[in-house]
Amino acid sequence: MTRDRQPLPFAITLATGTSLANRTGAWRTERPVYRDLLPPCNNACPAGENVQGWLYPAEAGDYEGAWRTLMADNPFPAIMGRVCYHPCQTACNRGLLDEAVGINAVERFLGDHAIEQGWTVHAEAAPTGKRVLVVGAGPAGLSAAYHLRLLGHEVTVADAAEEPGGMMRYGIPAYRLPRDVLDAEIGRIERMGVEFDLGRLVTDLDAAREGYDAVFLAVGAQLSKRAYIPAGESARLLDALTLLRSAAEGETVRLGRRVVVYGGGDTAMDAARTARRLGATEALVVYRRTRERMPAHESEVAEALEEGVQIRWLSTIAAADGESITVERMELDETGFPRATGEFDTLAADSVVLALGQDVDRALVEDLPAVDGAVAVDDDFMTETPGVFAGGDMVPSERTATVAIGHGKRAARRIHSWLTATEPKALPPMPLAAFERLNPWYYADAPHQVRPRLEIARRTDTFDEVVGGLDAETVLFEARRCMSCGNCFECDNCYGMCPDNAIVKLGPGKGFAIDLDYCKGCGICAAECPAGAITMIEEES
Amino acid sequence: MREQIEGSQAVARTVASCRPDVVCAYPISPQTHIVEALAVLARTGKLGAAQFVNVESEMAALSVAIGASATGARTYTATASQGLLFMAEALYNAAGLGLPIVMTVANRAIGAPINIWNDHSDSISQRDSGWIQLYALDNQHAADLHPVAYRLAEEVSVPVMVCVDGFVLTHAVEPVDLAEPERVDAFLPPFRPRQVLDPADPVTIGAMVGPEAYTEVRYLAHTNAKRALERLPVLAADYAARVDRSVPAIADAYRAVGAETLVIAMGSVVGTLEDTVDELRGEGVGVGALGLVAFRPFPVDVIRAAVAGRERVVVLERAQPTGSTGVIGTEIRAAVPGGPPIHSVVAGLGGRPVTRASLKAVIEAANRGELPELSFMDLDTGLIEAAGSRP
Amino acid sequence: MTTQRVKFYQVGSFAVGNRLLDPEQRTIQSGPDRANALTSGHRACRGCGEALGARFVQDAAMRAAGGKLISVNATGCLEVFSTPFPETAWQVPWIHSLFGNAPSVASGVAAALRAKGDTRTRVLGQGGDGGTVDIGFASLSGMFERGDDVLFVCYDNGGYMNTGVQRSGATPPAARTATTPAVGPAPGNPFGQGKDAARIAVAHRIPYVATATVADLHDLEDKVTAAMELHGARYLHVLVPCPLGWGSDASETVKLARLAVETGLFPLYEAREGRIAAVTRLRRGPVPVEEYLRPQKRYRHLFEPERDEATLDRLQSIADANIDEYGLASEES
Repeated sequence: MTRDRQPLPFAITLATGTSLANRTGAWRTERPVYRDLLPPCNNACPAGENVQGWLYPAEAGDYEGAWRTLMADNPFPAIMGRVCYHPCQTACNRGLLDEAVGINAVERFLGDHAIEQGWTVHAEAAPTGKRVLVVGAGPAGLSAAYHLRLLGHEVTVADAAEEPGGMMRYGIPAYRLPRDVLDAEIGRIERMGVEFDLGRLVTDLDAAREGYDAVFLAVGAQLSKRAYIPAGESARLLDALTLLRSAAEGETVRLGRRVVVYGGGDTAMDAARTARRLGATEALVVYRRTRERMPAHESEVAEALEEGVQIRWLSTIAAADGESITVERMELDETGFPRATGEFDTLAADSVVLALGQDVDRALVEDLPAVDGAVAVDDDFMTETPGVFAGGDMVPSERTATVAIGHGKRAARRIHSWLTATEPKALPPMPLAAFERLNPWYYADAPHQVRPRLEIARRTDTFDEVVGGLDAETVLFEARRCMSCGNCFECDNCYGMCPDNAIVKLGPGKGFAIDLDYCKGCGICAAECPAGAITMIEEES
Repeated sequence: MREQIEGSQAVARTVASCRPDVVCAYPISPQTHIVEALAVLARTGKLGAAQFVNVESEMAALSVAIGASATGARTYTATASQGLLFMAEALYNAAGLGLPIVMTVANRAIGAPINIWNDHSDSISQRDSGWIQLYALDNQHAADLHPVAYRLAEEVSVPVMVCVDGFVLTHAVEPVDLAEPERVDAFLPPFRPRQVLDPADPVTIGAMVGPEAYTEVRYLAHTNAKRALERLPVLAADYAARVDRSVPAIADAYRAVGAETLVIAMGSVVGTLEDTVDELRGEGVGVGALGLVAFRPFPVDVIRAAVAGRERVVVLERAQPTGSTGVIGTEIRAAVPGGPPIHSVVAGLGGRPVTRASLKAVIEAANRGELPELSFMDLDTGLIEAAGSRP
Repeated sequence: MTTQRVKFYQVGSFAVGNRLLDPEQRTIQSGPDRANALTSGHRACRGCGEALGARFVQDAAMRAAGGKLISVNATGCLEVFSTPFPETAWQVPWIHSLFGNAPSVASGVAAALRAKGDTRTRVLGQGGDGGTVDIGFASLSGMFERGDDVLFVCYDNGGYMNTGVQRSGATPPAARTATTPAVGPAPGNPFGQGKDAARIAVAHRIPYVATATVADLHDLEDKVTAAMELHGARYLHVLVPCPLGWGSDASETVKLARLAVETGLFPLYEAREGRIAAVTRLRRGPVPVEEYLRPQKRYRHLFEPERDEATLDRLQSIADANIDEYGLASEES
C-alpha cells in the first residue's frame, strides 16, 4: 500500500515530517544554555577539590576515574577520608533536602581502594629543569611537593623529623589515621620522584636556598601555648603535642589514672582520647566556655564523650599539684566572654595536659614580616622575599590538614607561574549552585549511609581505627545521593520535557545541545533541570 | 434471481453483495428494515468478516464510517430524516475528506412537526454537502444503484447517497431481480483507497486549510464532481450490461419525444407520473416525463437537452421550498436561462399520496396556462381555515 | 500502582532518564529511539502542556504497539497546532474528522482493522477536554459501552483554549475564563458544575481508566503501557497545563501539573473493570492549594484586590476531600 499510491488529496492530506519546514525558533525571546554552576561542596573545599566532579564517575562505579579526578587536586584521599572535617558536607545542598551526601566516606573509600589496587600517579609534564625546596613534610609541604612534581619540577622536601607527615603523623592519633594509610599515600608521592631529606632541621634559610629556584616553607605551628598555672613541684604538666607525638612514636608516657586536659580544641579531644588509650581511667577535659563555643569539631566531641571522656565546661584551672587541680567556675557575659565567678572546686588529677593551641616557631623566618605571629604572605603565598613562599599552619589561616593541602596546591601553582614566568590560568568565576537554583523534586529521598564504628569497649585500650569505611555497595549508594548541583548529569529531563523536541541528545558523556531552529524558549528545560545546569538568557534582538 | 421482496431487503442484500467491510447504523424509521436485514446477514456470517457496529447516534454512525473508510474499509451506513440532519456536520466532513462511503437515505420528512412519512426534504437539505445524490425510481433501481454507487464513490473518492423513498419503496414488497454476487464482484473490484491510515506509510488526513488554499480545495471538489457526472453513466451502463437490465443513472426520459409539456420528478413518484403520461397521451395530450436520478452533481447538460423546445416544464418538488420557489425548479431555471416557463409544484410532502388524478389536474392546468410558478398540490385550504389560520 | 519506584538512585524514579539506570528502567522519552510521534515545527504555544502530553502518550503507545498505531484526533488546539496546511507534525498515521466525533471515528478505525483481520495495529483516540468531556461525550460513552478496542486520551487543560479560553465541563471551580469572567458577586467558574469524566469512564466498567499528568512521566508512560496491554475500550485522562489559558509562565507547565497532584486537586489513580485499583499517593504533599493557584492568573481574583478566603477554603476543601476519598496522603504524613 506504499510506494505505488496515488497522489495524496490536495491540502487535506499531508505527508509526514513536513512541519520541520516551520522553524519555530523564530518565536524565541529567551534561549536556554547549558551553563555549569559551582557546586557548594567544591566551593567549600579548602583543598579546592572538584567534589561533584569526582563523585560523578564514582556514581557510575568508575572508582579509578573518580580517584584520578580527585588526585588532580589532592594527593591524600585516604587521609582526607579520615581526618578532613568535610566542610563540603556542611555546604552540601542535599542537607536541605534530607541529609548531606557522605562525601568524606566516599573519598575514604576511593583512597583505600586506590591503595589496595596500587594505583599510582606519574609526573607526566615535561621536566622544567627548575628545582624547588620544600621545608616541612606536613600536609602543606607534601601537597606542594606533589603538585610541583606534577608540573615537572625537581622537588626536595626537607623535614626535621625522621618520618614524613608532620602533624598528620605526630599530631593525629593512629585511631583516627592509621599509619599504613599515611605511609601509603606519602609513599606514592615519593615514587613520583620527590626527594626527601629527612632528619634535617633547616635553620638558615639563605643557605638552604642555595641551588634551588624557589622555596616553599611549611613548617607548621609547633610551639605549644602555655598558660600560667600555679603548680606544686609534684604536679605533672605536659603539652598535648608532646603527648600525641610520644604516643605516635610508641614512647611510654606516665600520665597516671586521672588525666585532665586543658583546652577545647580538636587537639584537646585527641589528647583526652589518647590518654584513655594509654590507660587513664578518667580523662577530663576542662574548658572555659560552653559546649556550643568549643572550637573542637562536634564529631570529635561526640566521639570523645562516647569513649567516656568527661568534659567540664565553663571552668578554668586555677592551680595544680601532684594529686588534684583547683578549677574556677566561669560564666559567660553578654558578649559570650567567660568571666570568673570566684567559685572554686577541687578535682583529683594525676596529670594535666595543656592543649591551648600552638604558635609558629619564627626562628627560621624571623626576618619575614608577621601577622599575629604567623608569616605574612600575599595572595600568591609569596613572602616578602621573592622566590620564598609559605603556607600551611605557619601563615594566617584556619589550621587543618585540608586547609594546608589547599595551600600546598595553590602555592605550587603560583610557584610554577613564577618559575616559568607565565600567568596562572584564570578561570571565569562561576555562579554558585545554590539550593534555590535546583529542582529538588527530582531527587528521591535517600538518607545517608552511616559509617561503621569500632565498638566502644575496644576504643579505650587500642589505637585501632574508630571509624570504618563504607563497603562498595553503600559507597555507590552514597555517591549517587549527589545531586550534581549546577552540573548536567544526563538525567534526560531537558530532552524528555521539551514540548518542541528541540533538545538534541549527543550521547553518553556528551550531554545535550539545543536545536535553536525549533526551541521556542519556553524555559521548561531550565525549570525542570534537577541540577540547575541550564540558564535562560535573553535572546539578542 | 427474481424475488418478491421488500425494498429494504433488496437494498440490504445488494449491499451485502458489494462486500462491505464495515456497516454501522443507528435506527430511524423508515431506514430500520435495511439495517436490521444487514444485522441478520452479519450475524449469520453472510457478510464474511464485515463488522456490524451499533452506535449511539447518526453522528456516530457516519463517524464510524469515516474512520473505517479512512482505514481502507468499504463502508456502509443508512439513515433518514432527522438522522441525516444529525449527521450534517459529518456529511460535509466525509465528503471533504474524500471518503467513498455509500449511504442509503430512506427519504422522510423532517420536523417539526415530526413526521415519519416520505418526502425529500431530508436529502435535499444536504444537497451542498459534497455527496453525490442518486434518487431511486423503484426498488429494482434502488438495489441496482448501490453497486454503481460504490464503484463511482471509490473511483472518484466522493461519498454517495442513494435516496430511496421511505415506506413507499423501503417497505413495499414487489418483484426485484437481485444481482448474483459474482456479477457484482465482477463489476466492483476490491476497494483500493486513494489515502489510507497505514502504519507502514503514515499520512495526516484532515489537515487545517486556511484562506491560501481553501478555495482551491473547493474548486478541485467541484471539478471532481463534474468528473463523477461523466463517469456515472459509463459505470451504470457497465453494470446494466452485466445484469442485463436498464439502470438509469442521470435521468430517465419517458415518452418525452415531441412532448410540449415535460414533467420532471425524482423518486418513486415517477412511476405514477409515467402512468399519468400514458393516460394523457391516450387523450392526445403532448406530455412526457423525465425521472431525474442524479441530483448531485446536477446534470445541467442533460436537463438543458431535455427541456429544449418544450412549451412548459412542470417540476414535482418533494421538498419544502420555504420562502423561495422549489429547489429543483430553481436549479432547472438556472440551467436553462430564457427557456420555457418552469412550474414548481410542491407535492407529496410528509407522506401525502401523489395521485394520478392530481397529477393529471396539474398538467392540465399547466397546459391551460393556469399553473403559477409555485403551487402546492392538493392543498386543503379548508383544513387551514377550519383551524382559524389564514391560508 | 504499576510504577515501581526505583529507590536506589537519587533521581531515577522521577526524572526522565538517568545514565545510571538500565535503559528499560528509564522512560521512553529518555531514549534517542523514541517515536517523536509529534515532531518539531508544530505551532503550539511556548510551554504547551498538551504538546508535551501528546508526545508522551503517543510515543509510549507507539512503543507498546511496536510502531503499529493509528491516531484519531478531535478538533482542538492539538489538531490545529499540529496540522496547518501544508505542514503536519505527526509522524504516525493520523486523522482528524470533527470536534465531537473522535471516539466514533476511532471506533470505525478499529472496526476496519477487525474487518481486515489486522490484529496488530492499535488505535488511539485523543482530544482536549472540550472534545472529550463536552461535545464528544456521547461519542466517547458509546465507544466505551460498545467496548471498541480503542485507547482514548483526554488532554485536559480545563477549557476551550483554542477558541480563546472559554469554559468547558472540565473547567475547575473559581477559574476565570472568557465565559466565566472574574466579575460579579461570584467571579470565575461556578462551584458544583463540571464533570469528572474519568469517574464516569470508570462507571462504564471498561477494562482500564487512569488519570495522569505531564509532571510524572514514569507514571504516565506506565499507565499508557498498562492500557495498551489490554484490549477493549480504555481511557486516560491527562492533566496538561496551558500557559495561555491558565495565565501561567511557560516554564511552569510541568511544575503546575506536579502541584495539581501534590495539592490533591488532581488525584492520580488507575481503575480496572469499574473499580479503583491503585492510587498514586502524594509524594511530598499535601501542598496547600494556594501554592498551585497563585502562579495562575485565572485565579488572580482570589488574591487581588483582596484575599477571597471563603473561596480559597472551598478549593482547599475539594483537595482535602480528594485526599480523603482516594487515600492520597503520603506515607510519611
